[in-house]
Amino acid sequence: MLAGMVTVLSSACLLLGAFLIISGAVGVLRFPDFFTRMHAAGVTETLATTLILLGLMLFAGWTIVSFKLLLILLFILITSPVASHALTKAALHGNLQPLVNENNEQ
Amino acid sequence: MLIASAVAILVVMAMAIIRALLGPTIYDRILAVNLFGTKTVLLIAVIGFLFGRPDFLDIALVYALINFISIVGVLRYFEYSRNEEEGGSL
Repeated sequence: MLAGMVTVLSSACLLLGAFLIISGAVGVLRFPDFFTRMHAAGVTETLATTLILLGLMLFAGWTIVSFKLLLILLFILITSPVASHALTKAALHGNLQPLVNENNEQ
Repeated sequence: MLIASAVAILVVMAMAIIRALLGPTIYDRILAVNLFGTKTVLLIAVIGFLFGRPDFLDIALVYALINFISIVGVLRYFEYSRNEEEGGSL
């Protein structure tokens, strides 16, 4: 009973993660401005990664493998906001103005 | 289920490459490369599970490390090179 439940849960996590990364990637493609694309990329880098790695952890169970997955998850959760912050700071230093309202096309 | 998420990750990596090619500014391209890198980490982990090779996760972890360092390295180059051109302060 429990094993069945765990595999169902891991499949659900994997599917939700897959859906989220696709929606985030569509956002990265379609958004008009760099800073909005940064937001869309942020969605895929944190939430979707957490869901997929969580699904894999449930799939692997209480083993060394899921501990390694936890380490990967922690590392990504710590470094991807830092990378996004550095990228946005560099963009602002390179005087990239965010698109404030729709009609002032740069 | 693993195959479905592997295919989804591959589709997302293709989209990231498209954004890297289309991206008007440099920072869009760096963003796309960063997105591509983190998705590669996920792809290695999922494929490690698909082929039943748990040691792929070390590769995924090392790849996450290298991806982060390279993004910060590229950004450091772009941020300060622009200032030298203008001769402005930090």
